Amino acid sequence: MRITQGTFSFLPDLTDDQVKAQVQYCLDNDWPISIEYTDDPHPRNVYWDMFGLPMFDIRDASGVMLELKACRERYPEHYIRISGYDRSPGRQTTALSFLVQRPTHEPGFRLDRQEASDRQVRYSTHSYATDAPAGERYGRSR
Amino acid sequence: MTGIPDETSPSATTSAPSPAAHVVPPRVARPTNQIDLGAAYRDSQIQELLDEIDRDLVGLVPVKTRIRDIASLLLIAKLRENAGLATDRPTLHMSFTGRPGTGKTTVAMRMAKILHRLGFVRKGHLVVATRDDLVGQYVGHTAPKTKEVVKRAMGGVLFIDEAYYLYRPENERDYGQEAIEMLLQVMENQRDDLVVILAGYKDRMDTFYGSNPGFHSRIAHHIDFPDYDRTELMTIAELLLAGQQYRLDAESRRALDEYLERRMVQPHFANARSVRNALDRAKLRQASRLISGGGIITAEELTRIDAADIRQSRVFLDAPDSAREAASDDGR
Repeated sequence: MRITQGTFSFLPDLTDDQVKAQVQYCLDNDWPISIEYTDDPHPRNVYWDMFGLPMFDIRDASGVMLELKACRERYPEHYIRISGYDRSPGRQTTALSFLVQRPTHEPGFRLDRQEASDRQVRYSTHSYATDAPAGERYGRSR
Repeated sequence: MTGIPDETSPSATTSAPSPAAHVVPPRVARPTNQIDLGAAYRDSQIQELLDEIDRDLVGLVPVKTRIRDIASLLLIAKLRENAGLATDRPTLHMSFTGRPGTGKTTVAMRMAKILHRLGFVRKGHLVVATRDDLVGQYVGHTAPKTKEVVKRAMGGVLFIDEAYYLYRPENERDYGQEAIEMLLQVMENQRDDLVVILAGYKDRMDTFYGSNPGFHSRIAHHIDFPDYDRTELMTIAELLLAGQQYRLDAESRRALDEYLERRMVQPHFANARSVRNALDRAKLRQASRLISGGGIITAEELTRIDAADIRQSRVFLDAPDSAREAASDDGR
């Protein structure tokens, strides 16, 4: 199941040139970029791990692409996303966030029903990938 | 572009048209054989930048000539590319050598603008780095540090001041070597993304290149900045003062001229930078002279620097005292 998170996620995966153009758009708006990765794609998992430091002071997208390449090499089977942070007063939030890599095989989610008191049913989504311990979920990272 | 047969072979362009050439339809790859050089030059707006350099930078004739050459080369490379001719992106890494205060950083900043105007770098900003920014303090610290600087410089120009400090032959475990290797790799592989300019004293840069031949061969343009002569330094002084709305009268101009004559032969003379420092000290003396004088003054007096303000300098005392003032501005 192809997960859809962040901007552009209903489009086909972006090519490197398209990613670069989006990154340049962020930088032109003065949004510092950070690269984050995870192997826990649960939609409520908002805290992904950051790859390196947030990239302030970068003016050109090729610097970010260099770091993205390093991240892809390090985590070839993880989800990787790029976020641009708008630090301007009044906004101070993630302005753009999109996936730039996904694992080759995405097993998807299972719906769990929990019987509670008074015939209540509680639902939860369970990612099949998280049955394996972290780091071994989508093939081993290097 | 697909249909560009033999663009590299000279015969394709130089041979006289054979009778058959009239029969075949004109090639699509070269819709026009004429390129208006003048228009291309005007469109690129390099002339404005070159004029600006001519206006703002005194002297430096060999440097200006060289910049003009490089600008023309880049323009031609652009035109060739537009015409569909085979062009390797020219190597643009440069080395600026010269004594302190000869305008290396200033020219580097202008260079970044020229390269940006011609589209050889995407952003045209200048990142200045020295050994401290590139070389780490412990094992494994250098690579991320250098990478950080390189990433910041992407799309612009990376200016490495006093580059020879990167290489310390006396300490074989120095981390500078690691930074050098990374830079060499970047200069080779990321030629499209950034331009590296190394700067420093001529003789020390020469030994640096001698021990790192990889650098020397990757740098296409070696530009040597000559020292300024006295008249040029005077012009610089006038330009600096005019920019700050100060002025010299005939008397003080003569005093400054004499000051320069003495200062130039002293150690640690740093060309334009020494001039700037001397003027700053003259302004200091002018201010205290005006304050201690008290009374009512005119705006004209606020802008004028007297000969006395300059002649109080220790340079006018005879050695060995004069060496002290010289030592206090060792080119920083």
